[in-house]
Amino acid sequence: MDEDVARIASHRGVSATMGQNVLFRSRTDRRTFSALSPLVPSPVMSIKALRGLLLPAVAVLTGCNTVLMSPSGDVALQQRDLIVTSTLLMLIIIVPVIALTLLFAWRYRASNKAAAYDPEWDHSTMLELLIWSAPLLIIIALGALTWVSTHKLDPYRPLDRLSAGHPVPTGVKPLTVDVVALDWKWLFIYPEQGIATVNEVAAPVDRPIEFKITASTVMNSFFIPALAGQIYAMPGMETKLQAVINKPGDFEGFSANYSGAGFSGMRFTFRGMSEDQFAQWVQQAKAGGALNREQYLELAHPSENDPVSRYASVAPGLFETIVDGCVRPDAVCIDGMAAPSAGAANNMPAMSEHPMSTMTSAKDSTGHSSASEADTTAAMPASRPL
Amino acid sequence: MSDTSLAMTGDAGAPEELRFYVAEEHHPENGTLLGFWLYLMSDCLIFACLFAAYGVLGRSYAGGPTGAEVLELPAVAVNTSLLLLSSITYGFAMLEMQRNRQRGTLIWLAVTGLLGAGFIGLELREFAHLIALGDGPQRSAFLSSFFTLVGTHGLHVTFGIVWLVTLMVQIRKKGLISANKRRLMCLSMFWHFLDVVWIGVFSFVYLMGVLP
Amino acid sequence: MSKSPDLTTLIFGRLTWDAIPLHVPILLWTFIAVMLGAVAVLGALTYFRLWGYLWREWFTSIDHKKIGIMYIVLGLVMLLRGFADAIMMRLQQAISFGHSVGYLPPEHYDQIFTAHGVIMILFVAMPLVTGIMNYVVPLQIGARDVAFPFLNNFSFWMTTAGALLVMMSLFVGEFARTGWLAYPPLSGIAQSPDVGVDYYIWALQIAGVGTLLSGINLLVTIVKMRAPGMRLMKMPMFVWTALCTNVLIVAAFPVLTAVLALLALDRYVGTNFFTTVLGGNAMMYVNLIWIWGHPEVYILILPAFGIFSEVVPTFSRKRLFGYASMVYASVVITVLAYLVWLHHFFTMGSGASVNSFFGITTMIISIPTGAKLFNWLFTMYRGRITFEVPMLWTIAFMVTFTLGGMTGVMLAVPPADFALHNSLFLVAHFHNVIIGGVLFGLFAGINFWFPKAFGFRLDPFWGKCSFWFWVTGFYFAFMPLYVLGMMGVTRRLSHFDDPSLQIWFQIAAFGAVLIALGILCMLIQFYVSFRRREALRDHTGDPWDARTLEWSTSSPPPVYNFAFTPQIHDTDAWWQMKQHNYRRPVDGFLAIHMPKNTGAGIILAGISMVFGFAMIWHMWLLVALSFLALLVVAIGHTFNYERDYYIPADEVTRVEALRTEQLASHV
Repeated sequence: MDEDVARIASHRGVSATMGQNVLFRSRTDRRTFSALSPLVPSPVMSIKALRGLLLPAVAVLTGCNTVLMSPSGDVALQQRDLIVTSTLLMLIIIVPVIALTLLFAWRYRASNKAAAYDPEWDHSTMLELLIWSAPLLIIIALGALTWVSTHKLDPYRPLDRLSAGHPVPTGVKPLTVDVVALDWKWLFIYPEQGIATVNEVAAPVDRPIEFKITASTVMNSFFIPALAGQIYAMPGMETKLQAVINKPGDFEGFSANYSGAGFSGMRFTFRGMSEDQFAQWVQQAKAGGALNREQYLELAHPSENDPVSRYASVAPGLFETIVDGCVRPDAVCIDGMAAPSAGAANNMPAMSEHPMSTMTSAKDSTGHSSASEADTTAAMPASRPL
Repeated sequence: MSDTSLAMTGDAGAPEELRFYVAEEHHPENGTLLGFWLYLMSDCLIFACLFAAYGVLGRSYAGGPTGAEVLELPAVAVNTSLLLLSSITYGFAMLEMQRNRQRGTLIWLAVTGLLGAGFIGLELREFAHLIALGDGPQRSAFLSSFFTLVGTHGLHVTFGIVWLVTLMVQIRKKGLISANKRRLMCLSMFWHFLDVVWIGVFSFVYLMGVLP
Repeated sequence: MSKSPDLTTLIFGRLTWDAIPLHVPILLWTFIAVMLGAVAVLGALTYFRLWGYLWREWFTSIDHKKIGIMYIVLGLVMLLRGFADAIMMRLQQAISFGHSVGYLPPEHYDQIFTAHGVIMILFVAMPLVTGIMNYVVPLQIGARDVAFPFLNNFSFWMTTAGALLVMMSLFVGEFARTGWLAYPPLSGIAQSPDVGVDYYIWALQIAGVGTLLSGINLLVTIVKMRAPGMRLMKMPMFVWTALCTNVLIVAAFPVLTAVLALLALDRYVGTNFFTTVLGGNAMMYVNLIWIWGHPEVYILILPAFGIFSEVVPTFSRKRLFGYASMVYASVVITVLAYLVWLHHFFTMGSGASVNSFFGITTMIISIPTGAKLFNWLFTMYRGRITFEVPMLWTIAFMVTFTLGGMTGVMLAVPPADFALHNSLFLVAHFHNVIIGGVLFGLFAGINFWFPKAFGFRLDPFWGKCSFWFWVTGFYFAFMPLYVLGMMGVTRRLSHFDDPSLQIWFQIAAFGAVLIALGILCMLIQFYVSFRRREALRDHTGDPWDARTLEWSTSSPPPVYNFAFTPQIHDTDAWWQMKQHNYRRPVDGFLAIHMPKNTGAGIILAGISMVFGFAMIWHMWLLVALSFLALLVVAIGHTFNYERDYYIPADEVTRVEALRTEQLASHV
């Protein structure tokens, strides 16, 4: 137990070394630091230099070397850069406002008779233009950055690089992991390997991972801060997350959306490892029992703080049946519910674009999905043509 | 807004000439109609949400019946004509009111109320029929949103009828005094508003639901 | 047990003795303490024979000033409850590490954070905002009351009824364990079969009716009842922001009503709007609730902006800089408030284009907000700033809110939000803008307008103590949460494994203690000010040498506000009157037409509360009876045509003569 705690703590990157070296804990941090500039798709080039200067300051401000500021996966790293860049962009306006507030408050205090006093001065076209256009310019820059980065870091979009300067080699297929948020533990199914695990998930370093995510009863959010941003896990629906881990190690994962009484203990370990170690890890699972529908239903009963467990085999199509909400023999599959001619226009934004895995493959490379796709999706977000 | 004019018209422009208060009695405009109109807009938003829910869930049959299977257009056509007619008769009531003819107003209001009651009766018959078939609001998301949208409209009409009866009693007691006229105006807006909403329900739910 | 269990169920529904938490020591002691307090207060009221006075002068009053004060009292009382929840959470999170599970099991902890959110937004911030608008708007536009005085009283009591239902859930049954927006499927009947979510639904529905009606009321008041000469572009800034806020209320609260009604149908009737089976769609709930929820935060912040726009010019002794620009900024914020709701769930799987659209619209809001900040800055520029308590709050706001705005824009960048969503960073952000923006604004407003409402100023020493405790407490309590968010710590956790986090939670808990001292100082401030009221007395009606119309009348204003309706020529109407050596009229008074008090509002709201309670506990007989009673009383009230009266000219002359005397004796 205590060892676990220590391990988790060390991967938050805080406690163990906090006293010794606040800013740069490891070699990898230097690497990310120096590699920063080419990473960020920043439209404002002049910021680069500033960013180099201020990154340590931001690191101090955000409390030592936190997991979000020194992640181990490329997606999380790019998100980190985005957080830093947008902060710096905004500081251009935030710092003067705060400084001027304090300055004006001091300078024009009533007791300072030396300061000018102009009680009727209430308009200046020049100043008005300035105070509207300065934030506007920052927002234009930030908006461009947002548009580009949101498309680039769309969690549904297949990765095009493993890390800065290392594109995904052609022919490499991502490792597929099906994720089910249960009450209150995580089930991971490896369709290629035919195994399943509870509260532990592993992946080889520098291989793209495709998570397909759903939930059994309520909404959760699948989040491994060191690896990539989060995405909701919702019953009757499937969401996706593409990620890659660049460093071996054990990292903390958890549900980031409150889901009931056992929520606090709904944690798991994400393990980045070499290909060999991964093969061993899979073999380790092969020693477990089978996960068929009955065992799944047993597992799905609410429980808290579950230990890691492993299954050697998984009933075929189990994940799809979970998404369709019909693991129980008497349940009607969501899939069978929508009318065949379903075509109601669906204007709920969150459902219109990636409601299901089959739709995402139809998306073009920039991640846009056309309105007609959304239409064919029908009102049922999780209807999955077989 | 008020018949008192600014005292600034003089060309002297001396500050002393400004008047800072209205020395005579000042009554602001009555805001009841505007307020009621705003209420209707907020009610309209509730219907907008229900329409949106129907838009999202209207094809989620969950293996249950589709719109084409359960909706009976002829019955709804009768229903719709009753409601449209009631709007016209309410208009007659308002015309009578403007001529200050209490008896005529009351008669037309009664006719309006009866037409409204007929509408509610037919709607309840449709609901009872569906529930008897086992196609109640619990059957599927489509039927949930159908019953809720149509039912909320029906509930509004029911309250409209209660209001109408109340107002008829009040007119009999107090006559066509200005307060009662204002109330008749508000109910008029309410009644026509329900008519407009029904046209939306009719086209969006019934016509489009029955069409393949 | 009764001989016929069916009858018992019909009368009591699912309410049994088990629902009363006699077995939970914390709740039992709280209950006993609250009951003793209640008995003491009620006993005192009876002993001093105050019931009649309260009923006649306050509960049934349709005077916008008294209703405004009652709203603020409600908000402050609920602040104590909401803050008690906050400090319990802080304590739990500070001690619940490793083997220690703290003192709150999840079933309690989860109710507490839900109640904290619901109470702070809907029963603290909303009543305080509505109260200040109610008090100030009619005075600032030179009106004698709001457009619908009875509705105003009814709205207040409906809000109170909702608040009472939330309070009741503490001792009878339980509150929701879902988070403050009660996302299904967690809030559905399958996952939450108990009464908690039903308390949530009915408290919000009943209070929501009040809020909607008060929104319509103030909107009509501002549109129709401005004094002659007050064109739209001559309205004081606070009235403008109140106008925008009430537009938002009227356009947003119906959505809340609708979505909660659908949730209620799912729970009571068994429909399938948000269920996971038979075609339901929980994402629709999330969309709809945020279509209300996002404008809601602007409903809170805009009046605060208005308050600052009154405070800054007054204490800088200078006209507001960029009035027109301020107006346009408020209007732009109002419109944009509807175009950003999706930023609350970028992580729900929307496409990149949809996410970027909502991210960018969110960022655009920071432009008018930034312009507003600059306008306040340039109002201070070349001013003569006195640091009275309201001005201190304003400066703290300008610094704090700017930081909160920055973290808000960070969260608006979708890929960044994927990392920060639902984390303590988010929690720190919205407390940063709601405490640093809304609450600081409300405190500025309370300190600013208190002398107008009660005729004496609030004690500045204790006001400053409260200010410093609050501000430092805020930074201690919430800056650590930003750091924890960066460490990947998510919200709503009741237990942690990683001991390295504990220090940050302890700092945050220390901050909460400082805030508690701030609240304590505020209560002392009220008490001390009351004791020293003669020393702090405001005889002039204009203690701050302020600029807008409310300061032209006495403190507190007479029931009719203005003996003669003012005539407006300038935005800073009262300032201009002072510049022109305005002389108060001392004779020629006329009888004044005023609305009459009525008990219908409190009675209707009381029945609504009974109806809500009966619905929560499935007491169907009481449901039917209370519904019928509601209908009968409401219709009965419409038969009352005598709702107004005239204050005789003699009475007006007498009151105004007293004022003349008061002014003359304190030149």
